[in-house]
Amino acid sequence: MYEGPVQDVIDELGRLPGVGPKGAQRIAFFLLAADSTDVGRLIAALQRVKDDVAFCKTCGNVAEGEQCRICRDPRRGDDVLCVVEEPKDIVAIERTNEFRGRYHVLGGAISPIEGIGPDQLRVRELMVRLQDATVTELILATNPNLEGEATATYLARLVKPMGLNVTRLASGLPVGGDLDYADEVTLGRAFEGRRRVDS
Amino acid sequence: MYVRQLSVTDWRNYHQAQLTLDPGAVVLIGANGQGKTNLVEAIGYVATLGSHRVAGDAPLVRAGADRAVVRTAVVRAGRELQIELEVTPGKANRARVNRAPATRVRDVLGILRTVLFAPEDLALVKGDPGERRRFLDELLVLRHPRYAGVRADYDRVLKQRNALLKTAGSARRAGAAGDLRTLDVWDGHLAEAGAALLAGRLELLAALRPYVVAAYDVLAGGGQTELTYDASVSELDPEADRATIGEALRRELEMVRAQEVERGITLVGPHRDELQLRIGALPARGYASHGESWSLALALKLASYDLLSSDGDEPVLLLDDVFAELDITRRARLAERATAAEQAIITAAVEADVPSSVQGQRYEVAAGEVRQL
Ligand SMILES: Nc1ncnc2c1ncn2[C@@H]1O[C@H](COP(=O)(O)OP(=O)(O)OP(=O)(O)O)[C@@H](O)[C@H]1O
Ligand SMILES: [Mg+2]
Ligand SMILES: [Zn+2]
Repeated sequence: MYEGPVQDVIDELGRLPGVGPKGAQRIAFFLLAADSTDVGRLIAALQRVKDDVAFCKTCGNVAEGEQCRICRDPRRGDDVLCVVEEPKDIVAIERTNEFRGRYHVLGGAISPIEGIGPDQLRVRELMVRLQDATVTELILATNPNLEGEATATYLARLVKPMGLNVTRLASGLPVGGDLDYADEVTLGRAFEGRRRVDS
Repeated sequence: MYVRQLSVTDWRNYHQAQLTLDPGAVVLIGANGQGKTNLVEAIGYVATLGSHRVAGDAPLVRAGADRAVVRTAVVRAGRELQIELEVTPGKANRARVNRAPATRVRDVLGILRTVLFAPEDLALVKGDPGERRRFLDELLVLRHPRYAGVRADYDRVLKQRNALLKTAGSARRAGAAGDLRTLDVWDGHLAEAGAALLAGRLELLAALRPYVVAAYDVLAGGGQTELTYDASVSELDPEADRATIGEALRRELEMVRAQEVERGITLVGPHRDELQLRIGALPARGYASHGESWSLALALKLASYDLLSSDGDEPVLLLDDVFAELDITRRARLAERATAAEQAIITAAVEADVPSSVQGQRYEVAAGEVRQL
């Protein structure tokens, strides 16, 4: 335990995701030693993100204002909707420059262990968006882990009566690496999911 | 394959020890508490990256030291490979193969293969069904590493599904409806992973069974053993393929659903199955004598050894304190089996317990020091 204010900072930092007690301590002492203008910038940035940035009313992405940049963009198509777990997944997909449709952020994946069911996610909002038949293809881009798969299966079944074209991102071996670099589990799964080569 | 060299530094009660081993039988002799099992454990650690006695790494490092190092030279098909493991509790371990750092410590797995029989293995016969399931699953992963993923998936789905059932169950007891909307989805995943695991176990058991029966027969000089897989899915055809098993699982899950919600747990699936062992007409658990149980546990391990050998490389056989619990004839028969192995590393507290037919190197272990006799 440290002096009151120092311990307070360590405790607060320790609550952040991905920061353990050791890390919290390191950051705290870094801040303690840092120039006060640098720390002031950090404080201001944190304040701004809380004051000015909210979640997009339409898709759930982070937004400055009512709607996010993507929902406001008139050049993007309304017929394809890509469902992701978190706003950071949008950033990842946008980097590919391959997708010109719109997004829907669920805010997580179904996980009963963490008490997360459909009601804790933005599933109802998704159903509302699909109501008017503008969307013809739904891409389920949840994470390729158990919870992401379960969420995708759940959503696919839920929208089935709507007659949409529902797709799921392919998963498998990382591209650009060597086969022998893949661990045996990934490689084993890739073997199971092998597909025919058209010739 | 065989271990040609073993050297340990700050491992258990050893400061430093080095042994140059021959193929064939190697016998480590010493009074209780001198460090025999510790050496066997070190070899097993190089093969599995784990100890058969403890879950964590901390007890493996000599009290007072920060890290332990185990080096082995393994001869496989005439070629020598050096594996070095540095064990530092609380930090990532490090591995070197032929002096080059391995990208992942796990890359070491599969270079050295061992089958270890230790007194703890008596639990295979006398312990809970979970012990026998673990035995099957670990052997399955050893033969087909992708089952590590199947097992992890299954455990995870099971946890998720149980959490859902539990929450819904308590909601119902409190008079609410309970949210079971996603249960179908979890059923699907459970059936899929469960069927993969079940199919793997059944296939393994079919391959293993004749070896167990033969090994027990040899050890006991006659005496029938029987291994049956008691699945929680009723009417499971042991020859069924994965899709059929999956369907059976799903059907069964639907049948027990009300009960599951009430109890808040998953009642069907490979986590509820049992590998039944029998000697003669009687179940081994609860009926077999100490020596019989010991022999059957040993037969399971010898069968693993035979099965792995039939897949390719002969593993190294590690027999810790195995002779003392057997009668004279069983000792002689085990000696015959052990000496037929490419390498068998055997420990005994009393030299006279090891039949004289076990020739080969002998080491004396005393207070963390090893001396060739
Ligand atoms: N981390 C450690 N540091 C120091 N000593 C240890 C450590 N772990 C175990 N020991 C000691 O190692 C000793 C030898 O253990 P080991 O299990 O190898 O004995 P053994 O020769 O197989 O005896 P037995 O015949 O009773 O099975 C024990 O006395 C134990 O206290
Ligand atoms: Mg011992
Ligand atoms: Zn938006």
